[in-house]
Amino acid sequence: MARPVTAEVADEHGLTRDEWAKIVQVLGRSPTIEELGVVAVMWSEHCSYKSSRAWLKQLPTTGARVLQGPGENAGAIDVGDGLAAVFKIESHNHPSFVEPFQGAATGVGGILRDVFTMGARPVGSLDSLRFGRIDHARTPYLVKGVVAGIGHYGNCIGVPTVGGDVYFDSGYDQNILVNAFTIGIARRDRLWRARAAGPGNPVIYVGARTGRDGIHGASLLASAAFDATSGEKRPAVQVGDPFTEKLLLEACLELMQSDHLVAIQDMGAAGLTSSSVEMAGRGGLGIVLELDAVPLREEGMTPYEILLSESQERMVLVAKAGHEAAVQAVFARWDLEAAVIGRLTDDGTFRARWRGAEVCALPVSALTDAAPVYRRPAEEPARLEDLQRFDPADVREPADWTATLLALLESPNLCSREWVYRQYDQLVGGQTVVRPGADAALVRIEGTQRALALTVDCNSRYCRLDPYLGAVLAVVEAARNLVAVGAEPLAVSDCLNYGNPERPDVMWEFQQGIQGIRDACIALGTPVVSGNVSFYNETEGRSIPPTPTIAMVGLLDDVELHVTPWWKAEGDVIILLGRTREELGASEYLSVIHGIVRGAPPWIDLDAEKRLHRFCLEAVHERLVRSLHDVGEGGLAVALVECSFGGPGLGAHVDLEQGIRMDALLFGESQSRMLASVKRRHLGRLRDMARRDDVPLTVLGEVRGRNLVIGDLVDLPLDTARERWRHALERRLGG
Amino acid sequence: MRWGVVTFPGSLDDRDALRVVRRILRDDAIALWHKDGDLRGVDGVILPGGFSYGDYLRCGAMAGCAPIMTAVAEHARAGGLVLGICNGFQILCEAGLLPGALVRNRSLSFICEPVTVRIEAVDTPFTHLCQPGEILTLPIKHGEGCYVADEDTLATLERERRVVFRYVGSNPNGSLADIAGVCNAGRNVVGLMPHPEHAADRLTGGEDGLKLFRSAAAWLERRGAERIASTS
Repeated sequence: MARPVTAEVADEHGLTRDEWAKIVQVLGRSPTIEELGVVAVMWSEHCSYKSSRAWLKQLPTTGARVLQGPGENAGAIDVGDGLAAVFKIESHNHPSFVEPFQGAATGVGGILRDVFTMGARPVGSLDSLRFGRIDHARTPYLVKGVVAGIGHYGNCIGVPTVGGDVYFDSGYDQNILVNAFTIGIARRDRLWRARAAGPGNPVIYVGARTGRDGIHGASLLASAAFDATSGEKRPAVQVGDPFTEKLLLEACLELMQSDHLVAIQDMGAAGLTSSSVEMAGRGGLGIVLELDAVPLREEGMTPYEILLSESQERMVLVAKAGHEAAVQAVFARWDLEAAVIGRLTDDGTFRARWRGAEVCALPVSALTDAAPVYRRPAEEPARLEDLQRFDPADVREPADWTATLLALLESPNLCSREWVYRQYDQLVGGQTVVRPGADAALVRIEGTQRALALTVDCNSRYCRLDPYLGAVLAVVEAARNLVAVGAEPLAVSDCLNYGNPERPDVMWEFQQGIQGIRDACIALGTPVVSGNVSFYNETEGRSIPPTPTIAMVGLLDDVELHVTPWWKAEGDVIILLGRTREELGASEYLSVIHGIVRGAPPWIDLDAEKRLHRFCLEAVHERLVRSLHDVGEGGLAVALVECSFGGPGLGAHVDLEQGIRMDALLFGESQSRMLASVKRRHLGRLRDMARRDDVPLTVLGEVRGRNLVIGDLVDLPLDTARERWRHALERRLGG
Repeated sequence: MRWGVVTFPGSLDDRDALRVVRRILRDDAIALWHKDGDLRGVDGVILPGGFSYGDYLRCGAMAGCAPIMTAVAEHARAGGLVLGICNGFQILCEAGLLPGALVRNRSLSFICEPVTVRIEAVDTPFTHLCQPGEILTLPIKHGEGCYVADEDTLATLERERRVVFRYVGSNPNGSLADIAGVCNAGRNVVGLMPHPEHAADRLTGGEDGLKLFRSAAAWLERRGAERIASTS
């Protein structure tokens, strides 16, 4: 049983030989097996951010509204009325590929805990999903499992899932992405943080019992690339119990109204170890845990397993000394266990005792501050230059524009996501004003006139072809989506999904992504207040495309002013804001119709983008627009159709000025464009504003009939198109 | 009117139901707890939506045995008003206060979307302000909303006009006879799968659902000062 702890054992824990040497040096001795387990998980990529930490510092994280930036369980911003919006996005990629239902479900459970740990009641979730080719043999199984898992957890805990995005790309055939975002509302003077204080104060364990599930989930599953044996890592995936989490949520929020609590932290990756070390570390304290007191699900568990279990629905908190019984009474009301498992100390050491013996005595600083930081080599891959080379002259324009448009509407990345979101409870909480299917979701802040706008965006084809510009465009697209419902963009949570950071080309993509996010967020005034890095999204040497998922939160002061994408009344004038350039590179059109994934992503002028936002928000506030819709993937033609696919379902007659290739005009993805419908009498005022703000404004036509008619090029009956667009995903996934 | 909304562990729409009756209808309302032994003098009980006790057994099976359900049953027997919404409907069926059962949707998937229902009976406390045949738009959000009952029960329900709500247009979950909601023989206990509390606000899903709550308040008023017996 007492196997000597050697460098070989450290190898099995995913530590490098250098890291092993460092542990021995810091301790001045060999670690115990428990200590090795603790160090390995705390120093894992997933927990320590050792490859990304140095770069993440470049991101803008401050601003007038920022109440809590990165480093806590979630970020928080001031949304007025004495309230804070608390939010974060997090990945659960590796577990979801190995076991899609539970992997996705526990991803949702984890992000919900991060938010209510801060004292916020969750009010909305989004999910950003990336799957392989839709016709890949495993894709339907993964999609159905992930969607059912998200629904299972979110529906059962009573937090509405109000939006998200789904893309299919062969780059994710062997590594899917499941990024879950949750936002909650708290009183800004009652935000809870995970900072331990008061030596002698009791450490209390609450929630589900500890089992053997999820051991090494963070260190081995999430911090290494996949290979042929990855299926065998299924036991490292946790099992979710949303019912227990619902009880935990209510009990924690109730406890937070009292004065018994000092600090609280959820047990996520690396479970009890990481949560107690992080709380002690932030408070500059030590902690001693009595592992015999930890409530266990099964007999015979070793101290090693207790320390490293990733069983779900557990929290650890520090209470004021003498308040233990009061804390236990709150949890007892919700039929939950609350066990005193240790206390804070002032010796700066993380200690764990088991059956009278000390099995672990590690300096807290060695686990946190002294964790390795790597500035790994980065190098631009040679492939990019070739990939960006694209001559439109090589592409023949289609003969039948209506058929081409219909093909795009039925394609996996442009068709309706209704099959996905109808499996989610979008309504519980009673504040969902704009449901999934619009540019952004809108959730009213209960008891106020204000509303939060929420979106999540990232076009990974852009990122594959230009990792810097792709990241910029992800931020910009997110902001534009918020503006499209009438909200001012405020802040970002990012989920940075990349391949193996030990490869210079991946590290270069990552650095480019950070710089792109930084530049765009500075330009738009949207600080990054929380986030997550997911590396090692790679299988047998093949990485995913860079995917810096951007979740953005906006605010609308008067919810009555919100707008939706859909045409409202016949006779309204349709205008295009922004300029269409001859840009086809990296477009959905090139990929779907011509099978080409090449070229440079569309050009962006951040100043023009900001002017567009200012113009649109003023127009919304003055009630000058009746609908607004971002022109995104699929270009102008797809955007025009989408405006007909909701609300009263009205058609449009438009004429487009030529001057560039017709396919670029219809399907190109030029940035900084928005479609609006307006009353004719407001047109003059809008033209004046557009001139003042230097925003190109073009009248395209008017809302009319039940067809989309574009000059003499396109005549699309919307009723049949809509049915095909609505059911395409379900049909492609095999029901 | 004084409402009571029961919170079981795992109830989710309890806060929404309370908000609607308090803030929108301006009625008096209290939160009731699953372990309570009495209903503290309420006129009407709402069993809300959610996943009571996680619904890891049959939906509503555990909640049907909760301590408060004894008081709810007595309240119902005495003619008191009871409205079961979604999980609440499942609980009423499990508790034997309504006939039939709710099983897995025919599609096997959870479905969240607006549906249209036709008011089939206006002689219940919750529908008497509606017109016969009136169509309401209400959202559903459930995985187990397919109403089933044996042929005799179905025949009895139809004969006694106890089908209160019927899906029109399309049947979202495979319910027999398109049944969306039913009442008991005394007509004072009503259960339905759609969520009237989520159609009570112009901005978040329309106001069709308000009719059910307004009906109940008006019904009680019309019965004058007659006090519904309670166990308190």
